[in-house]
Amino acid sequence: MDTYYHPHDLTKFAEMGKGNKELWDKFIGYYSAVFAAGALSEREKALIALGVAHAVQCPYCIDAYTQTCLEKGSNVEEMTEAVHVACAIRGGSSLVHGVQMRNVVDKLSM
Amino acid sequence: MGLTLVSRKDPLASSQVQLKRLAAVEACPPFEDMLAAAGLQPLHATGITIFQINVGKFCNQSCRHCHVDAGPERTEQMTRETAELCISALARTDIPTVDITGGAPELNPNFRWLVEQSRAMGRHVMDRCNLTVLLLKPQADLAEFLANNRVEVVASLPYFQSAQTDAQRGEGVFEKSIQAMRMLNRLGYGVEGSGLVLNLVHNPVGAFLPAKQDAAEAQFRRELLRRHGVVFNNLYTITNMPISRFLEFLIESGNYEGYMERLANAFNPVAAAGVMCRFTLSVGWDGTLYDCDFNQMLDLPLGNGAPRHIRDFDLAKLDTRRIVTANHCYGCTAGTGSSCGGTVA
Repeated sequence: MDTYYHPHDLTKFAEMGKGNKELWDKFIGYYSAVFAAGALSEREKALIALGVAHAVQCPYCIDAYTQTCLEKGSNVEEMTEAVHVACAIRGGSSLVHGVQMRNVVDKLSM
Repeated sequence: MGLTLVSRKDPLASSQVQLKRLAAVEACPPFEDMLAAAGLQPLHATGITIFQINVGKFCNQSCRHCHVDAGPERTEQMTRETAELCISALARTDIPTVDITGGAPELNPNFRWLVEQSRAMGRHVMDRCNLTVLLLKPQADLAEFLANNRVEVVASLPYFQSAQTDAQRGEGVFEKSIQAMRMLNRLGYGVEGSGLVLNLVHNPVGAFLPAKQDAAEAQFRRELLRRHGVVFNNLYTITNMPISRFLEFLIESGNYEGYMERLANAFNPVAAAGVMCRFTLSVGWDGTLYDCDFNQMLDLPLGNGAPRHIRDFDLAKLDTRRIVTANHCYGCTAGTGSSCGGTVA
């Protein structure tokens, strides 16, 4: 069965530069700068990226940043906790919207 | 049945089978093409500063990533006669460092003699130690021997936790390794000001590249002290070479093509210019000469007119010899590079 997502498509990412090289160069320059060591280490940034990858549910990003996390020296316990952070924020985000539900209920109810 | 490829009669025990497999990777061009593009082909040695002696394949461990295919059932061991040829050759040079490896080199009956002879000539001696060998009963005095001879211990420890370490090196190896590190620390190894050097080697536990050396060293230093109260001097990160038992793991786990592509995509000309074979001579257990320990395990001896056996040692011919390369060399040129002394770029 075919699928929209192919693992080997990840290596074609740079082909996005063919449509607009200037924007691609700006993006990739920014991207590289973001992941360079700064106030946070490269390892910490990779763990954040892994969490975000799960929040946005991007299989390419999950594949890439799982490998990056391992290559930056993180272990599966740390990576699992990063995924739980994403899960908690996504779950919390749903739950906190329950306040809006309650506001509407309060408004409509006698 | 043992854990080595040889004892299992696995086809990958043959270096020819491994080389064929390495040559047939779709995802990466021949290594020599990459060297040529970097202006480094043909690659030549730049003088020998490390005299590396592999004294044999016998080991008390059978690590899953071992490029030597070493283990308890291997019997290849350097004889006294060949060890004497090594010392005789060394004496005719001023090569400053002798790097003794294996297998578990300490289990060769000639190991201590090689150390003493090298030290008597004023050479710096490195022992590539698996740590657990220090706990074997017949080796009860080994740590003191190493300390008394001021031998630098280069010890394998892939991670600061047991799960990862044991997955690569065998059940219970992590706990024993920590015990051995405590023993070495008590003698002054790794302790600032002692002059006794304990360096660690980190290989990734899987089909991925190692962390940046300085970042990994800081992480290991912090975690090993916090969790286990042990100290060391430097940490060397080494990329797993796609040969022997690690090659078997790559193929069986479906990671072979991806790993080779990863190595080739990460080819770094600066790392290629600094590869260790350019300043190392590798002597096999039977006296055959190689550019490095990896070529040794692939049965790729020196070529292009260079002497092929320690009995024919000729420094002038060896100093600038042409290096023998193949696709496994991508393992030393990826990212910040990899050598027996860690990163090179």
